[in-house]
Amino acid sequence: MTLGAGAHPIRIKDVTHRYGKRTALDALTLDLPPGQLVGLIGPDGVGKSTLLGLVTGAKALQTGAIDVLGGSIGNPTHRRKVCPAIAFMPQGLGRNLYAELSVRENLEFFSRLFGQGPVERDVRIAALLSATGLAPFADRLMGRLSGGMKQKLGLCCALIHDPDLLVLDEPTTGVDPLSRRQFWALIAAIRAQRPGISVLVSTAYMEEAERFDWIVAMDSGRVLFEGTAGELKGDAESLETAYRRLRDTEAPGQSLTIPPRGEDGSVPVIVARGLTRRFGQFTAVDAVDFAIHKGEIFGFLGSNGCGKSTTMKMLTGLLPASVGDAQFFGKSVDVRDRESRRNIGYMSQAFSLYGELTVRQNLRLHARIFKLADRETRIAELAERFGLEDHFDMLADSLPLGIKQRLSLAVAVIHRPQVLILDEPTSGVDPEARDAFWALLVELARKDGVTIFVSTHFMSEAERCDRVSLMHAGKVLAEGTPAELMTEAGVDSLEEAFIAVLEAAERPAPVAAPDVPAEALGIRPGGGFQRAGAYAHRETVEVLRDPVRLAFAFIGSALLMLVFCFGISLDIEDLNFAVLDLSQGPESRAYISEIEGSRYFSPTPPLASVEEGRRRLTEGTVSLVVEMPPDFGRKLRAGEPTEVLATVDGAFPFKGETVEGYVSGLHQTFLDVMARESGARTPPLARIEPRFRYNQNFESIAAMAPGMPAILLIMLPAILAAVSVARERELGSVTNFYVTPTTRLEFLMGKQAPYIVIAFANFLLLSAMTIFLFGVPLKGDPLPLAVGALLYVWATTSYGLWIATMTSSQVAAVFATAIASIVPTLQFSGLLQPVSTLDGAAQVIGSLWPSSYFLHLSVGAFTKGLGWLALMPDIVALACFGPVFTLLAALSLRAQER
Amino acid sequence: MRRAQLIFWLGLKEMTSLRRDWVMMALLVYSFTLAPIMEATGVSTSVNNASIAFSDEDNSPLSRSLAAAFLLPEFQPVVQIEPGTGGEQMDAGRFLFVVSVPPGFEEDVRVGRGPEIQVLIDATAMEQAGIGSNYITSILNTEIQRFARGADLIDREPVGLVLHSAFNPNRDTVQFTGIVSIIGQIMWLTTILTGAAMIREREHGTVEHLLAMPIAPFDIAAAKIWANAAVVLVAAGLALAFVLEGFLGVTIAGSKALFLAATALFLFTATALGVFLATLARSMAQFALLVMLMVLPMLMLSGGETPIEGQPEWLQVATLILPSRHFTASSQAIVFKGAGLETVWPEFVWIALLGIALLAVSLLMFRRSIAQDR
Repeated sequence: MTLGAGAHPIRIKDVTHRYGKRTALDALTLDLPPGQLVGLIGPDGVGKSTLLGLVTGAKALQTGAIDVLGGSIGNPTHRRKVCPAIAFMPQGLGRNLYAELSVRENLEFFSRLFGQGPVERDVRIAALLSATGLAPFADRLMGRLSGGMKQKLGLCCALIHDPDLLVLDEPTTGVDPLSRRQFWALIAAIRAQRPGISVLVSTAYMEEAERFDWIVAMDSGRVLFEGTAGELKGDAESLETAYRRLRDTEAPGQSLTIPPRGEDGSVPVIVARGLTRRFGQFTAVDAVDFAIHKGEIFGFLGSNGCGKSTTMKMLTGLLPASVGDAQFFGKSVDVRDRESRRNIGYMSQAFSLYGELTVRQNLRLHARIFKLADRETRIAELAERFGLEDHFDMLADSLPLGIKQRLSLAVAVIHRPQVLILDEPTSGVDPEARDAFWALLVELARKDGVTIFVSTHFMSEAERCDRVSLMHAGKVLAEGTPAELMTEAGVDSLEEAFIAVLEAAERPAPVAAPDVPAEALGIRPGGGFQRAGAYAHRETVEVLRDPVRLAFAFIGSALLMLVFCFGISLDIEDLNFAVLDLSQGPESRAYISEIEGSRYFSPTPPLASVEEGRRRLTEGTVSLVVEMPPDFGRKLRAGEPTEVLATVDGAFPFKGETVEGYVSGLHQTFLDVMARESGARTPPLARIEPRFRYNQNFESIAAMAPGMPAILLIMLPAILAAVSVARERELGSVTNFYVTPTTRLEFLMGKQAPYIVIAFANFLLLSAMTIFLFGVPLKGDPLPLAVGALLYVWATTSYGLWIATMTSSQVAAVFATAIASIVPTLQFSGLLQPVSTLDGAAQVIGSLWPSSYFLHLSVGAFTKGLGWLALMPDIVALACFGPVFTLLAALSLRAQER
Repeated sequence: MRRAQLIFWLGLKEMTSLRRDWVMMALLVYSFTLAPIMEATGVSTSVNNASIAFSDEDNSPLSRSLAAAFLLPEFQPVVQIEPGTGGEQMDAGRFLFVVSVPPGFEEDVRVGRGPEIQVLIDATAMEQAGIGSNYITSILNTEIQRFARGADLIDREPVGLVLHSAFNPNRDTVQFTGIVSIIGQIMWLTTILTGAAMIREREHGTVEHLLAMPIAPFDIAAAKIWANAAVVLVAAGLALAFVLEGFLGVTIAGSKALFLAATALFLFTATALGVFLATLARSMAQFALLVMLMVLPMLMLSGGETPIEGQPEWLQVATLILPSRHFTASSQAIVFKGAGLETVWPEFVWIALLGIALLAVSLLMFRRSIAQDR
């Protein structure tokens, strides 16, 4: 896959990409030089991720052409051919990794996807782990790694197959400076070892751009600049200023000046003493101390997951401290004391306003929450001051990030708090918007005397604070003014100071390029079987580690089986009835005792009037009222015809009809007994002999229990299979399917395999319950039943996959699959209404639905005692559904993101 | 007072959010239009279009008149089959009932020998088998009686049985299933809407944002409960008027206001269940799975799908704690039997008590889950 020297690894021509109405890339044309470290710079939302997605083939190309490694990436054949030579690490730390898998398991999965044998795999993984210093953590679950470690693991997974083109989307965002430095050292080492490799990296940190051989600066889906760092910088003092000039030549960004703090700020407003928070074994915040004075801007600097947010939550009273104390204005923070929160404005890390509300609605809601007397004037004032007037009636979700942050700030200060706690308010915001935001903060602090506690991972922002505190792994490592910290460490930037402090705290493991002995490598085209196996193996591990899904799979089916079989029993007995006996003779009592004596009815106190009977029927305390006429005995003795009136509660048609059946039968028995006793009656004209076939005692359980698996084995397996696909898409790890040589069938069938096993185990469980718990014997041959069940769960899991390929989220997948599997099964399979009684169209649908055949097969094998020969047609029919549904799923599954 | 206002405004926010969530809106519309219509008109639990075959070895006027007595909509036209093949045909699932008339049947009736007609019933079709055999027996008897009267063979039965069906005399399953379906939809939708609103708020981090203000967990939950309950109540009211009465032609015997009052009371238990499940689940997907496992049994055992009397004794006692059972019972009494408050108040008390208990537990759980969240 090596290209000739000097050939461009990536050529992009006239590429436009739209999401709905929004244009992400606008007729972009770009050629990238080979064997270099190319940096894509620009803030969030300028189209960097879209471009990288298109280049790696993760996203489908809309218009334009992209050549990658000597062929069009839009051409599926070429894409499959080159994808083993490309490695992609998408944005978001560990987004393409699997949180429930350990470090080693993650690497093994990627290794299998690229068809490496066990020997090669072990050698490579060992080399990568030791080179990145991850070896001691090989068995730790990925979800428990720190940000820096996740990033290293992501890189290891990308490097496992020796790519010629390495594409990294914002690999260093939110990672501490030391890990960042190590990361770049690792990249440099790899490039030194393999000079041919081309690396394409995007970043939002302008400082990092200095490292790149070639810089591409982007804005609004277009390239603003391409060239070296030196060319970009020109005479500007920093790359950030240079980038700003590129974007807006008209008004060169006025650098933000921060007026010195007045002297009134000697009163401590926020004080933390030994503040500690533990979650189980894990100490998130460890004995943190600080004191923040009135009107001060206090910066909290640290990487993702170092305990900044937890500390802030303890300050706001959202979390109680495990040990230690936080005080506001000399008063301890109490989780239960809500009124004290009127003094605090809090802006949490993610944009946490209501995206589905407009700017005005958001402001109004919060003004109402704080019950401001001057609501409308305050909103108008804030809108003007924060520049929100032009966006007043737009949905918050549709705002650009910078304006969203301003809205968040406006909401946080709407009630004029004395303290502002801001958790990473500016991540992902472009430099100008960040400056505008900081201008507002400075104004609040200096003019209104608001004390501001702000966390950030931008060094340039930390430099603007009055004082900063460096936090790492739950501990405050250093505290002071930025100047003090730099002097102490003897360096001239805050970043260097931070790194010095970190290195003093814990010696990092050295990094080097992975050293893989050449003799261990046997690159051969990986088999599809192995790739499907990799998915199956991973899915199995994941589902075994997810108690909810596992419980749903086994306890769920057992529970529903119990509920259905006990609950939907149609053997109705002991129905309450009441008598209005106007005759009160031995004949009427004999009639009544015939009813009382049956197992179907149980008596309730006799009635005094017709109205009472009506009332008891309405209440539902009786289901039958029998009225004996006053002259019942006399007429019977005299041989005159007489009548008994039976009133049945017919509200529930099924119950009403059953009761009528019972009454008619008992009435007939009474007549027969009477005739026999008097000896006067001739035999009946004809006898009707009902014979219940398959189920002589006509117990509903014998019909119900073998039928229930038909619905349970479609509903639960289909939902589980659907969730497995939708989950991957929601969490973002589906990217691995997009950018590796995996085909659609391999992906689907690999993910499906564990669920077929689970569903078949469910079948065995349900059958055991049927036989041993409900006492329904298996009269027929177990083998055809088992074969049919296996084919059925293959079909139902495939059906779940198919539905999942058409839904966008896990929730939608669950409900859509539930509705789409339960409704046809209940309506057309014959579960409630036998197939032979369905009308024409419904019968046709039923014949196209697997449950019809499995129901017939299961009931046939259990109750009717049928064998291979009689069950063969069902088995043949069931065998068709699995392949058809799988094929449909493969056809509607997108091999690339849109 | 201040808190009541707060809860009111937060609730209005819920409604605005719901209006913009098109997935949930689609589910709402589906649940109260298509779903009850499909359920009510689709599967019928009584004998409907049943397949029946005759193996007629007599082939007399009487036996032919017997076959002709089976009519739509209860029975499909009778199919004549070869004598002795009934069992096989039933194995293949072609017929639910096979009636065998022996040779010389009419003659035997005439001379009073009391011949026997055998009715073979596929007992694996539970619902149709039991009722169907009653139907068939009664149709055959009536037909033979009529023949006997014509041939002057009859002596009248000394005691007649007059069967009268109070409420729903036409045995219209659409009436019944329509209401049961609406009850089910109310339960599903309320639980899903409330729980999903809770989880969405947590997943987006807005719960923290709210709690950092002078708002208690109770206020958040209360706002979601009243807002979602109000939405479902309005939707149920519209469904009652337009879908049930208008489209399906269901007659509501009792007071609609009373039915909606019962619904409102029940909604609090259903919303509380949603909050409860949302605190148990860590993600939206887990919540969806939990809902399936909780709501389905609650509906199956509520007495709407099958009579309560069909449950084993111990289960009948256990299901008393299901609010859905009391709601179903009171709705059936109001809608079909025209019951008033004086009749259904005990059910109302049950629903209210269960709702309060569930709400208390779920609020407690919610507060604790927030404390444990990072």
